[in-house]
Amino acid sequence: MSAGTRIGLRRGAPASPPRSRLRAADLILGGLLGLRARKLRTALSCLGIAIGIAAAVAVLGISASSRANLLAELGAEGNLVTVTAGQGFDGSPAPLPLTAQQMIARIPPVESVTAIGYVPGATVRRTAAIPVIDSGGISVYAAEPGMLGTLGGSVAAGTFLNAATARYPAVVLGAVAAQTLGIDRVRPDTQVYLSGRYFTVIGILRPVPLAPALDEAALVGFPVADSLLSLGGHPTQIYLRAAPDQVQPVVSVLPFTANPAQPEGVQVSLPSSILAARAAARTAYAGLFLGLGAVAVLIGAVGIANIMVISVLERRAEIGLRRALGATRWQVGLQFLTESVLLSALGGVAGVLGGAAATAGYAIASGQPAVVPPASVAVGIGVAIGAGALAGVYPAARAARLAPAEALRAW
Amino acid sequence: MSAVLEITDVFKSYPGSPPVTALAAVDLEIRAAERAAVLGPSGSGKTTLLHVAGTLERPSSGSVRIGGQEVSALSDAELSAVRGRRLGFVFQQFHLLDHLDAVQNVALGLLYRGEQARDRRVAAVDALDRVGLGHRLGHKPAQLSGGERQRVAIARAVAGHPDVVFADEPTGNLDSVAGGQIIDLLVGLTADGTAVVVVTHDPAVAAAMDRRVVMQDGRIIADDRPEGAVMP
Repeated sequence: MSAGTRIGLRRGAPASPPRSRLRAADLILGGLLGLRARKLRTALSCLGIAIGIAAAVAVLGISASSRANLLAELGAEGNLVTVTAGQGFDGSPAPLPLTAQQMIARIPPVESVTAIGYVPGATVRRTAAIPVIDSGGISVYAAEPGMLGTLGGSVAAGTFLNAATARYPAVVLGAVAAQTLGIDRVRPDTQVYLSGRYFTVIGILRPVPLAPALDEAALVGFPVADSLLSLGGHPTQIYLRAAPDQVQPVVSVLPFTANPAQPEGVQVSLPSSILAARAAARTAYAGLFLGLGAVAVLIGAVGIANIMVISVLERRAEIGLRRALGATRWQVGLQFLTESVLLSALGGVAGVLGGAAATAGYAIASGQPAVVPPASVAVGIGVAIGAGALAGVYPAARAARLAPAEALRAW
Repeated sequence: MSAVLEITDVFKSYPGSPPVTALAAVDLEIRAAERAAVLGPSGSGKTTLLHVAGTLERPSSGSVRIGGQEVSALSDAELSAVRGRRLGFVFQQFHLLDHLDAVQNVALGLLYRGEQARDRRVAAVDALDRVGLGHRLGHKPAQLSGGERQRVAIARAVAGHPDVVFADEPTGNLDSVAGGQIIDLLVGLTADGTAVVVVTHDPAVAAAMDRRVVMQDGRIIADDRPEGAVMP
């Protein structure tokens, strides 16, 4: 404002006076200075909001982290399909036709395919001296060298089967099977007693989430299973990866392709959907915690409303002073509303940081990638600001209603 | 020179049984650069007169004109603007905000004019210089003596160059030395044309003013306005 205008105002002719004006930056800065002047009260009164937002952000973050972990396990697309021939009379896997794998590989969207064959009646023991009854429930499967590529598995020690070792009495142990047998490293002389003869252990697998049965299995090559364990080359289960957008069409033609003679006996399943369902069950508590977070935010908002009402009572004289200095009712009300919103926004930011820290802590502890969804941050702070605005309405209205002369008498 | 404040036939009563009449048929004219003390026993209506004249309270009837403008018909927001731009207030209890330093407290007096923070600060420093507190800019009220606090409050009242400064018992909480400094400051305010109206019990304050308005039971019973002594 120019000096000329001000002089005009001072001695000016009767006219509608200029309005009081309060800059937004001054409003916010004033609120922050007020909050800083009452640090302990500020901290305590935004605690409720902070706890609520932290709980919500942590819940959303942890479930997002779990989901990210799951996607990593599933190879992001969930395009793994298993084909089995059902079970025999004794509950053991029934064999598929010898041609099944080649036929499936010819379906155009199928990217990779691998077969395993259950070897009926085979047992695995540490030595021949251990009685058969103590074989630990380890199953023996014939597997192909390309199996890990299709299943997304990896070896923890040693190597997997290759074209050479598949012809010799060599065995790769699943993670649980190795544990059962007490084998935690692979040395040239590590052997297990497998159905009447010693096989050399050449590798130990890491857990395979998409095919948990393999964790408790001992894997040998198909050639050696045929020659030494009389498997006959029949696969019992086929794993395949289809192009991610073609999974359903592939699933629909699989039974006829795998066993044209008896398509009704073929079972097709998507292990990724089973895992996804299991993960969804794990996050079923998320709703409960979100509800608790909402309750905490509500209580926090009531706390802020309470503290702001007290603040209006305590600061009656300040309100009178501001009115004397030219503040309108609206500007006084806005000041208290701003302080309320700043309080809750502060709680919201603290809550988001706390929730993100909890998510990171959980993710690190459980070996998952830490993911804090940006939407949860935005919604968290938004909810906090909304709660503060609601909480501030009544105190602000009380402050605005206060008559200036009455307020000044309170000092 | 025209009157900066004209109060004509003002009544103010508060509801109750019976209703309390705080002001009755009050007429008062204050000209630019005039210094007036409002005296009278407690309950005589001095503070109510100051509140009505300062647009902090509306009269029950009668006319209040500030700078020639009738304010009775103005909205609450318009009255606020009149206070913010034309009037200054000094209180017995200083009314400084504890968490703000001297400059911030003085700048608060200009907050509701919508000026830039930088301009407010410059004006605040200037006003503190005028009250002799140029060396106390960054001090919080708790670090200032009572007299210094009241000087900060006066700086806040005059930072916006108001037409009239109203002071309610400005020396009431001060010793005589600090009170004397405040009186000198109030007297000096009129140098740039600002009128000063002081409600006081302090004889020293009353003696320093050009004019003494004495109230009793809501009426003005004496007014020793020196005719022709007012600076044009």
